[in-house]
Amino acid sequence: MISPLFLLVALPIFGLVAIIFRAPARLTTLLVCVANVLVVVVSGLQEFFKVHSFQVLSTHFLWEQSIPWGNLPGLGEVSFKVGVDGISFPLVILTVVVALAAVLVTPPRVERERLFYGNLLLVILGALGAFVSLDLFFLYVFHEVALIPTFLLIGMWGHGPRRVFVSYQTTIYLLAGSLAILIGFLILLNAMPAAHRTTDLVVLREWFLNQPLSRSTQVQLYAWLLIGFGILVGLFPFHGWAPPAYAASPTGLAMLHAGVLKKFGIYALLRIVLPLFPLAPRDFVFGENLVSLLIVGNLLVIGWVTIAQRRLDQMLGFSSVMHMGYLFLGLFAASQLSLSGVVLLMVGHGLSVSGLFAINGVLREKVDEGDMSRLGGLAKYFPFFSFAFVIFALASIGLPGLANFPGEVLIFFGSWKRYPLVTIAALFGVVISSIYLLRAVRRVFFGSVAHEGVRREIFLSSKIGILILLVSVLGWGLLPGLWSQKANASLSHWLGTDALKVAMKKRGNFNGNERSDVVASAGSELVGIRLFFVVDPSFFK
Amino acid sequence: MVMPSQFWWLILGVPLLVALFVAAVAHPFRKVSAALSLGSALLCFGVSVWGIVSKSMAPSFFSWLQAGSFSISFGFTLDGLAQVMLLVVTGVGFLIHLFSLGYMRGEKGWSRYFGCLSLFMFSMTGIVVSNNLLMIFIFWELVGVSSYALIGFWFERDSAAAAANKAFIVNRIGDFGFLLGILGVWTLLGSLNFVELKNGVAISQLNGVDQTLFTLSILGLFCGVMGKSAQIPLHVWLPDAMEGPTPVSALIHAATMVAAGVYFLCRIFFLLELAPIALQVVAAIGGVTSLFAAIIATQQNDIKRILAYSTLSQLGLMVMAVGVAAPGAAMFHLTTHAFFKALLFLGAGSVIHALHHEQMIWQMGGLNRRMPITALCFTVGMLALAGCPGLSGFFSKETILAAAWAKNPVWFWVGLLTTFLTAFYMMRLLVVVFWGEEKSRSAKEAHESSWVMLVPLFLLAILSVVAGWGHVLADHIGFPQNHEGTGGSFVMGASITVFVLGLGLAWLSYRNRSKEIWHWPLVEKAFGVDRIYQKVFVRGHDVLSCVWSGIDRFLIQGIVVRGGAWTVAGMGHVCRAMQSGSLQGYVFLFGVGLAIILWWLWKG
Repeated sequence: MISPLFLLVALPIFGLVAIIFRAPARLTTLLVCVANVLVVVVSGLQEFFKVHSFQVLSTHFLWEQSIPWGNLPGLGEVSFKVGVDGISFPLVILTVVVALAAVLVTPPRVERERLFYGNLLLVILGALGAFVSLDLFFLYVFHEVALIPTFLLIGMWGHGPRRVFVSYQTTIYLLAGSLAILIGFLILLNAMPAAHRTTDLVVLREWFLNQPLSRSTQVQLYAWLLIGFGILVGLFPFHGWAPPAYAASPTGLAMLHAGVLKKFGIYALLRIVLPLFPLAPRDFVFGENLVSLLIVGNLLVIGWVTIAQRRLDQMLGFSSVMHMGYLFLGLFAASQLSLSGVVLLMVGHGLSVSGLFAINGVLREKVDEGDMSRLGGLAKYFPFFSFAFVIFALASIGLPGLANFPGEVLIFFGSWKRYPLVTIAALFGVVISSIYLLRAVRRVFFGSVAHEGVRREIFLSSKIGILILLVSVLGWGLLPGLWSQKANASLSHWLGTDALKVAMKKRGNFNGNERSDVVASAGSELVGIRLFFVVDPSFFK
Repeated sequence: MVMPSQFWWLILGVPLLVALFVAAVAHPFRKVSAALSLGSALLCFGVSVWGIVSKSMAPSFFSWLQAGSFSISFGFTLDGLAQVMLLVVTGVGFLIHLFSLGYMRGEKGWSRYFGCLSLFMFSMTGIVVSNNLLMIFIFWELVGVSSYALIGFWFERDSAAAAANKAFIVNRIGDFGFLLGILGVWTLLGSLNFVELKNGVAISQLNGVDQTLFTLSILGLFCGVMGKSAQIPLHVWLPDAMEGPTPVSALIHAATMVAAGVYFLCRIFFLLELAPIALQVVAAIGGVTSLFAAIIATQQNDIKRILAYSTLSQLGLMVMAVGVAAPGAAMFHLTTHAFFKALLFLGAGSVIHALHHEQMIWQMGGLNRRMPITALCFTVGMLALAGCPGLSGFFSKETILAAAWAKNPVWFWVGLLTTFLTAFYMMRLLVVVFWGEEKSRSAKEAHESSWVMLVPLFLLAILSVVAGWGHVLADHIGFPQNHEGTGGSFVMGASITVFVLGLGLAWLSYRNRSKEIWHWPLVEKAFGVDRIYQKVFVRGHDVLSCVWSGIDRFLIQGIVVRGGAWTVAGMGHVCRAMQSGSLQGYVFLFGVGLAIILWWLWKG
């Protein structure tokens, strides 16, 4: 039987072909998205009703299948291999849900409709393909597939006077990122003897578990990939492209990019970097202290920058960059707990931030004003959208019962012992994000009506799209237990208990006296940060 | 008949379902949403009474979020402490639902109001029955959000929207410490469950646990209390929270939610008493808050603000009671305070409703004749709060003062002074609002409120009188009351004296007056704390944001990232191309990529 994952990838391609042959573009795209949701739901439920079927997720990939592609020079065996586990399945669900909502929220009248929806389908294809691929080559190619349409969508259908500049800036940043990733991948493959060379991730992981790379290679690779994926995700200080890009993007793209595509970087770090070079974070130039500084930059510096924003779209853009700080914290703390939190938060954040961007897009259609201080009282005109915005904002703040909280709390608990000071910064980040989000709610929706000329027509489809996200945010927040154990089991398998143990031993034993751990970590963090400013001895080794 | 233990889940499940149902389906149907909300509050009260009377066991817990060995679980604690609090919350909660039917009649957001009330009931009962720290934290946040939604109920008013934000953000600052405290306790003691913690502490007596870190963790937990129970320096949100509808002020910002902090302190008292320094901090913060707020209350002119500062002051007393190692006294006062403060707020609500939303006391007067039942109930509540011998407030305050006297006389004198001021400002309120001449037209046209509003008043008045009788309540709470007798007669004599003095002084000063006679602008403005906070923290934070924003834009984006790229990779050319809007930059990077690929292929 053919894997449903192939179907997920094939459907957007069918849609594209249909649009090329002059099928009605919006309808086709909508159908593709609905079909994708159905595929995930139906095949997911099917698995669910097989006895204990999801349990295999901990050790196997679900719906694993592979189509041989051939032996490419320099790359080795390449095959289109798909499969999902507890890490990537939630992301696939996220992608199909956000994609559907993104198409629904897009206003019915778009210029050059066929080109627009064709590009949107390419973005969706890229995201889905990247999450289901278990092959380095295809992982990379699918990610690139989403890149070019981003450029076109911002440049041609974007908002604001600077959209052309922004589209170039975004593309150059992202291309620089993929370049770094490409270099990293090539170094990685080069480290394998040509006879064994393959891009199959499962094989790669096995190989490097048994023949670990040398320290220096690990560090070198880590540097390339951290910079590459860091740019994609908006790691401080490579975040500059993101806020203007989201502010200028057409709504559907902003939702897909901030909600889904951005998670690709985190996902790839989790899928590739952590299992393959477990030692690298430690031996990286300036060690962990550089990393903790970067996270603090994401959490606090960007947090404060967000507070200073005057426009709603810019504010949302910066806030989505800031929230990446939590994901990075969980990722670099690399305990099983924090990584489970990362998986949960990737989905939670994807849902809530795309909801926020969706409403921003709806408002953009209704009011010709983006400056928050000149808005006000919109709750009177749009009670449903205001309610939804408040819910998405509260979810972003990390309110229990909504989508972000389960992930955040696991990250805090999982990172606390390793990065106490950064965790404190992250906790304070929650205060900061409640300041800017609630301020935005108050300025835009509450108070007296400040802006004339509000167009009150509301498209049913955008209401449905936001409703879908609203229900998902509530569902993911109220029932996090549905997925947390599976993510946890898959993580423990994929990261390899041995590799993790070795890495953990390096990072200090967590099972010993826990108190001294926290104190020691905090102490070394402080010393390290100070050293970082003076000079790091490991730099000269 | 013993209640099946699984029935306990109803007190959490039903209000939550009602809140969700009202939000999703029932909001266009006013009667349905009100009936559902009222019904769920009654059901909660019924289930609590049934379960407690029949001594029903706590149901088994379930795990809400599990990852590996870590799990967040929901389960019940049903000791005497929780039982008393549960009855207070559901009982007072139901009465206030009933009162709201009258008070909120004709409001546009009627269904939203009742939906939020149900959400609040869900979260508040959650706090009460929690059996672990993280569960309490979760519900702690949820009461915060229902409070946010209800303070901002009239969101078209800028002041209400601002007050809602302020309440949420100040609480968030407290919760920052709270979560840190939880993380600390988890690291030091290895558990979050109250029973496990208690057993663990009982066996090991904190052997091998760093005392400093432990004290810091406990103080972190106390930060959460300072936020929720509005203790100095996080007290600023509570007076502003009076922007919400008056029944909300009664339920959330007087009787239950703000008292949750005190309840939580009693819940973790077995940890607190192991950290003597933390205990002293708790006593100091509580004592200072009680005195500070009582002083401010004497100069306020808005009936709800007077009551709000009074609430602050009484909460301070309770926190101080915990600080002098008398959690039983704190809980006792919490309970009686819930009755008479809810009564006072509802009485004030009745007055405000009759006067068409007039809140200035100098516009009232003579309401004794126009609204006799309200006036009678209000007087009972006022006497109970002021500490009139024989009423509930007298007994509970006595217990606190006696405990303070036994432990540290400084806090006794602070409490005594607070008692004096309380009698003074409450008598002032009573004299100005209910006695003398009508001072405005609306006061002349006032009518007694309808029975839905009077029945809750009446019931609460009865409770305010009898709640202190005997030792039924105090004994049920489950903390030994071992402070009686130590200086008992002296303490009692002193507090009766200051009660009479306060009453008399206020009567002499405000009899037949139509405006304020003492003018202390500084006190009236609450010592300008709000202004200072606004200037220092809010403005300072904004400036900090702008500075960082500038640094980010010019230094980091402009020089570090781009400048670095220019020098390292000759990106300057690309950026120029980028500016001119041509495709060159794109092609250039593409070319570089291609070249590198080719180089690698050639090499490999």
